[in-house]
Amino acid sequence: MSRTLAEKILLAHADADDLRPGDIVQVRCDLVLANDVSGPVAFRALERMGVRRVFDPARVVMVADHFVPAKDARSAELQARLQRWSEEHGVVFYGQGRGGIEHTLLCEEGWITPGAVVAGGDSHTCTYGALAAFGTGLGSTDIASCLALGSFWQAVPETILVELASAPAAWVTGKDVILAVLEQIGVGGGTNAVLEFVGPGAAALSIDERLAVANMAVEAGSETGIFPADAAVAAYLEGRARRPWTAERSDPGAAFRRRLRIDLAALEPLVALPHLPENVVPVSSAPRVRVDQVYIGNCANGTLTDLRQAASVLRGRRVHPRTRAIVVPATQAIWRQATAEGLLDALVEAGVLVSTPTCGACFGGSNGVLAAGENAVTTTNRNFRGRMGSPDAGVFLANAWVAAAAAVAGELVHPQEVA
Amino acid sequence: MRIEGVALRVRGDNVDTDVMYPGRYLDIEDPVEMAPHLFEGFDSTLRDRLVEGTILVVDENFGIGSSREHVPLAMRASGVRGLVGRSFARIFFRNCANLGLAIVRCPDAVDATADGAAVVVDTEGWVEVDGARFAAAPTPPFLLELGDAGGLVEWTASRLVRPPADDDRGAS
Repeated sequence: MSRTLAEKILLAHADADDLRPGDIVQVRCDLVLANDVSGPVAFRALERMGVRRVFDPARVVMVADHFVPAKDARSAELQARLQRWSEEHGVVFYGQGRGGIEHTLLCEEGWITPGAVVAGGDSHTCTYGALAAFGTGLGSTDIASCLALGSFWQAVPETILVELASAPAAWVTGKDVILAVLEQIGVGGGTNAVLEFVGPGAAALSIDERLAVANMAVEAGSETGIFPADAAVAAYLEGRARRPWTAERSDPGAAFRRRLRIDLAALEPLVALPHLPENVVPVSSAPRVRVDQVYIGNCANGTLTDLRQAASVLRGRRVHPRTRAIVVPATQAIWRQATAEGLLDALVEAGVLVSTPTCGACFGGSNGVLAAGENAVTTTNRNFRGRMGSPDAGVFLANAWVAAAAAVAGELVHPQEVA
Repeated sequence: MRIEGVALRVRGDNVDTDVMYPGRYLDIEDPVEMAPHLFEGFDSTLRDRLVEGTILVVDENFGIGSSREHVPLAMRASGVRGLVGRSFARIFFRNCANLGLAIVRCPDAVDATADGAAVVVDTEGWVEVDGARFAAAPTPPFLLELGDAGGLVEWTASRLVRPPADDDRGAS
């Protein structure tokens, strides 16, 4: 019987001999993740379940990243709780100054391998599809149940095959690939489905760019967004992977809900206009709005690749006087590498505020939230009304080149205008 | 699971969990303290109309975005017992089911519902609005089992076999 890649991964982890789309199965976790927001709520549920020890401490990781560094006493208490709980249960804890934004961090640290099932108390757990893992976001009660039993219930999803033809055009990145998908299928088009990315365009994307693509699969409603493992994944995982793995792919005869084809050579940088990630237009036809803040960072686009792109635009230039620019390297390791390459110095010299790793303003938590009437160009993944602060602010999602160009121009422009 | 209640219509497709519970309140852990912020970025007046037994009647793709369980936790703490929608986003749907809320897809019932209507939700596959019955999308057997247990906390607890050494009386 022909199966999709997602079906193969689920079958290898399920309490079933066979499965087909729509079946609900119990899926075993190779890794369970929570953070300073989802973790403490999960711990309350665990107490109500009467659970005293986790199913396997070696398969649990906690990351403090949302309100980091703490903005007030209450958020400080969340981090302290996460750390105490981790120590009590003997699980790995990445605290302030020792990790970074969870999804970038867990890939970097080798926790994510092809074919693994990762349950995360964060909707962007789908990011792990970049490394061919079935990473999927769950709520806190689900996470509590995973911590207790090592499994979660899952309706077997269909797969939408996204064929990426040719290598990307200039200024086009992974961000634009997923924005192009959202333009085509909308914020509900991927519900009860996995996005699978194949073709020469997929092979041409770096791991950093695949992270950006997979990260926003949930914006289409999808369980995860998956790239079959290839030589680039093998090279990335060399000396990094914490468990053995093998590469799998969808069978030739596998059934797909639908197929999309995106020619990356024909794309130009895209922008999602407020207040929905599916409001996608080419940057050349986007309104040239005044930009009050630029934010380059988050679990989608705070990678070294993004920092290099931003620095290449901003080096030797100045951030426009009316614009504030914030750059947030996603992890401590990225921060150090960016320092070594002189990227952070070039950004600071241009007038950028370089932050330590944090989820921060992306979800309106701290470190750069927006005032009423302001516009922001960001490399983040959601532009819902009020997401980054005031409900009367507008968030425009774009790649790091577009965001950096907006910082220089003080308005939304094509990066070639400032290059 | 069958529940009876009073309808509160929430209009709009793709209502996201950020507007239903803004991120700045994610440092709250107690559902009772979450409740005053429900719908804050969407329509705060909805909050004042929630009563014990409220059934939210919603449009397409309700609950997109963040996995924050704070939204259904705040709903449950405010008296919400069920949701009837045209369709739901995946993580929000499972969060509601996990918390023991009766949640079904039934576009015909949504069409027929006005604020204050008497609604009966049966997760076996129907919804009644002021006495008129509509067929809903059937709930899979596992989710019926989850609902009968009272939610995922209770279901998980029932699956745990506690070793004798963990017994409360012996652990002091």
